Amino acid sequence: MSWIALLAAAAAPAVLGDPTQEARARALDQEIRCVQCENEPIAQSTADIAQDMRRLVRERIADGDSDAEIRAYFRERYGDFVLFRPPFDERTLILWLAPALLAAAGLAAVWAQRRRNQADLTPEEGER
Amino acid sequence: MIAEIGAFATALTLALCLAQGALGLAASTRDSRMSALVAVSQAGAALSLLGFACLTWLFVVSDFSVAVVAANSHVDKPMVYKIAGTWGNHEGSMLMWCLVSAVFGAILASARGGQDAKLWSRAVGVQGFVTAGAIIYTLFLSNPFARLDPAPMQGSGLNPLLQDPALAAHPPMLYLGYVGLSIPFSLAIAALIEGRADQAWAKALRPWTLAAWTFLTIGIGLGSYWAYYELGWGGWWFWDPVENASFMPWLIAAALVHSAIVTERRGSLAGWTILLAIMGFGLALLGTFLVRSGVLTSVHAFAIDPRRGIAVLVLMFIALGVGFGLYAARAQKLAQPSGFAAVSRESMLVWNNYGLAVAAAVVLIGTLYPLLVEAAGGGLISVGPPFFNMTVVPLMGAVLLLLPLAPLLTWRIGDMRAAFTRLAPAAALAIATLIGALILSQWRVMPAIGLALGAWLIAGGLTYIWVRYRRGEGAGWAKFAALPLAVWSMSAAHIGAGVLTLGAIAETAFRMERAVILSPNESVEFADRRITLLEVGNVEGPNYSAARANFRVEQAGVVRPLSAERRFYPTSDMPTSEVGILPSMTGDLYIALGEAVREQPGAWSVRLYKNPLVQLIFWGMILMSLGGALSLWSLARRRGRNP
Repeated sequence: MSWIALLAAAAAPAVLGDPTQEARARALDQEIRCVQCENEPIAQSTADIAQDMRRLVRERIADGDSDAEIRAYFRERYGDFVLFRPPFDERTLILWLAPALLAAAGLAAVWAQRRRNQADLTPEEGER
Repeated sequence: MIAEIGAFATALTLALCLAQGALGLAASTRDSRMSALVAVSQAGAALSLLGFACLTWLFVVSDFSVAVVAANSHVDKPMVYKIAGTWGNHEGSMLMWCLVSAVFGAILASARGGQDAKLWSRAVGVQGFVTAGAIIYTLFLSNPFARLDPAPMQGSGLNPLLQDPALAAHPPMLYLGYVGLSIPFSLAIAALIEGRADQAWAKALRPWTLAAWTFLTIGIGLGSYWAYYELGWGGWWFWDPVENASFMPWLIAAALVHSAIVTERRGSLAGWTILLAIMGFGLALLGTFLVRSGVLTSVHAFAIDPRRGIAVLVLMFIALGVGFGLYAARAQKLAQPSGFAAVSRESMLVWNNYGLAVAAAVVLIGTLYPLLVEAAGGGLISVGPPFFNMTVVPLMGAVLLLLPLAPLLTWRIGDMRAAFTRLAPAAALAIATLIGALILSQWRVMPAIGLALGAWLIAGGLTYIWVRYRRGEGAGWAKFAALPLAVWSMSAAHIGAGVLTLGAIAETAFRMERAVILSPNESVEFADRRITLLEVGNVEGPNYSAARANFRVEQAGVVRPLSAERRFYPTSDMPTSEVGILPSMTGDLYIALGEAVREQPGAWSVRLYKNPLVQLIFWGMILMSLGGALSLWSLARRRGRNP
C-alpha cells in the first residue's frame, strides 16, 4: 500500500460519531464491493483495502455527500464493478426486464396448458 | 502403490460403467441380461468405493508423493481434517462425485421394485453413462492419483477458512444432492426413450428427488451456518454466485418433489416432471461448472484451470442436448390421463412449480449476467443482493403465501371456501402479526409482511395437522399416533419454511449493529447489555497466531465472558476472524474483532451485532431437512408394505 493511501485513510475515523451517519455508512458498506477480495462487500472483508474503502465512505459522509454521490464517487473511481446494484442502462436492460418477462412467460405457459389439464372435466367442473 | 491401485480401480469402474451403459440401454428383458446389469453396476460401485478408499488412505498417511495430498494436507493437521481433505479439493471432490454416482446407480439397479423392466434397464444404462462421463473427466483432467517427483517433505496445508467441521461436511452433502439429481435425470431420459411416464415411474422417481432435495437443504444449511459464524460480519446468505449455484438446483428439486407427487398420485404433469428432472441435473452440472472452473471468482472458487471448466460445460451440453432433444421429440406422446380444475391440489402445485421455476430462472440470469456482459465487451458489472432481494424474494413470498392452501384442497376439484374457513384462525394470527409488527417496527411494511408470512406458514402447517387429527380414528393421543407419517413429514417441511422465513426476515430487517473503538477496560452500552473489553492478548495456535480479545457482557446483573479472535495464518495474507457468539432464542449477541486502531495505541475497532431470531434460520432448515427425511422414511415404509 502506498504512503499516500495510508495517510489519506488515517485522516478519516473508522467509526463516525453520529449514529445516523454511521448507520448510513454501514448500509453503503454492504453495497460496495471490495476490489481486492472477490465478491465480498467491504462491510465483510478483512482486507486492508476494504478497511481503507470503509474509511473513505465515512470521510465522504463527514464531508456531507449524499448516498447517491458516494455511490457515483466509487463508481467513477473503480467502475461499475464496485457496486453490487447493477446500473440500469442498455447493457443491463435484459437483466432488469428478465424477471417480469419470465413471470409473464410462465403465466402464458400455465394458461396454454389449462385446456389440456381440464381434458376430462365436465364444463361445470372446469369452471370451479 | 496405493495410488496406483486407486487409479486402476477407478479406471476399471469406468469400463464397468460403460458396460452398464451399453447393457442397460439395450434393455433386454432376458433374466440373465437383467441380472448381469445388476451385477455390473454393483461391481462398479464396489470398485469406485475402493478407488475412493485408496485416496482417503493416502490422505490419512499423508503420502506427499501424491500431488493432491501434498497440495492440500499437512502432517500436523488433525485427523478429521486429513480425512475431510480427501474431498476438500478439486480432484478429490470429483472422485467423490464419481463414487456417489456409481453407488446411486447400483442402488437404482438393485431396487427395481414394480418398475417396468425396459424403463428400469434404460435408466440404469443412462446412469452408467453419467458415471462414465464423470470418471473420464476425473481421470483425464483432474487425476487425484497423480504422483509428484520429487515428493516434498511437507504438505502445504488446507485453506485455513476450510478447517471447520461444518465446512468439512458441506461438500459431501451438496454432492449427494447434486448427484442425487442424476437419478431423476436418468429416469427421465429412460421415460422419453420408452415414450411413457406412468405412475410406477413417478413412484420410482420420488424417493431420489426427495433425497437429493434433503441433502441439498442440509448442504446449503451447513454452508450458511458456516458463513454466519466464520466470516465475521453476521450475515448468512449473500447471493454469492457459488451460493446461487447450489440454490438453483435446490429450487428445481423442490419443484420436482411436488410435481412428482402429482404424477404419482394422478398421472398428470408427466411431461413437466420430466422437464424438471432434466433441468435439475443440468443446473447441478452448471453448479459444478461454476464452482470448479473458477469462472466466477469468489472465495469458494479455488480451482482455476479453463480446460476443466470447458470439459464440464461439454458434459453439461451433452446431458442437456440429449435431454431437451428427446423431450422435444417425445413429450407430445406422453399421456395426460386425468384432468383437474383451476381450484384443486394439482392446480396449487402447478403454481408452486411456476414460482419455484421462475425464481430459479431469475437466479440463473442474475448469476450469469455479469459473465455475459463481460463476454459481450460491456465491461465488468456486479449483480448482487440488491437485485436478488428485489426480484426473487417477492416471488418466493408469493409461493409461500399460497402454500398453506394446497394441503387443504382435494385432488381434481377442491373447495376453496372450505379451505379458507379452516385457515381462518391462521389468517387471523397472520393479520395480528402484521399489525403488531407494523406498530413495533414503526411502519416498516416489507419486514412486517415477511413476519406475517412466517406466522401464516407455521399456523397453516399446524392447521393441517389439526384437520387430519380431527378426521382420524381413535381418541386423544392415539389419534395423533395414528396420523400417517406423510402428514408429519409434509407439515415439518412446511412449518420449517415458515420458521426459516421468520428468522430470515427478523435477522435481515431488525439486525442491530454497531462499530465501536474500545480500549482495554472501556465499556459500551449495546442492545440492553454493557459490554466491556477486558484485554487483547496474543495467542499462538498450531499454524496461526491470533489477537484474542476478552469481553465481559453484563445483562440484568448476569455477567458472562465472551472472546473474539483475529487470526493471522502465515500461508495467507488475509486475516480470518473467530467471532464470539452468545446465542439465545430471541437473538444472538455477536462480536467480531476488527483492526488495531493505527492512531490510538492499544485500541481496537470492534463490531457488535444483535441478530434477532437468527437461530430460527437454522432451525427452519433443520425442520425442512427433517421433513424430507421423514417423507423418505414414509415412502420406504409404504414400499415395504405393498412393493
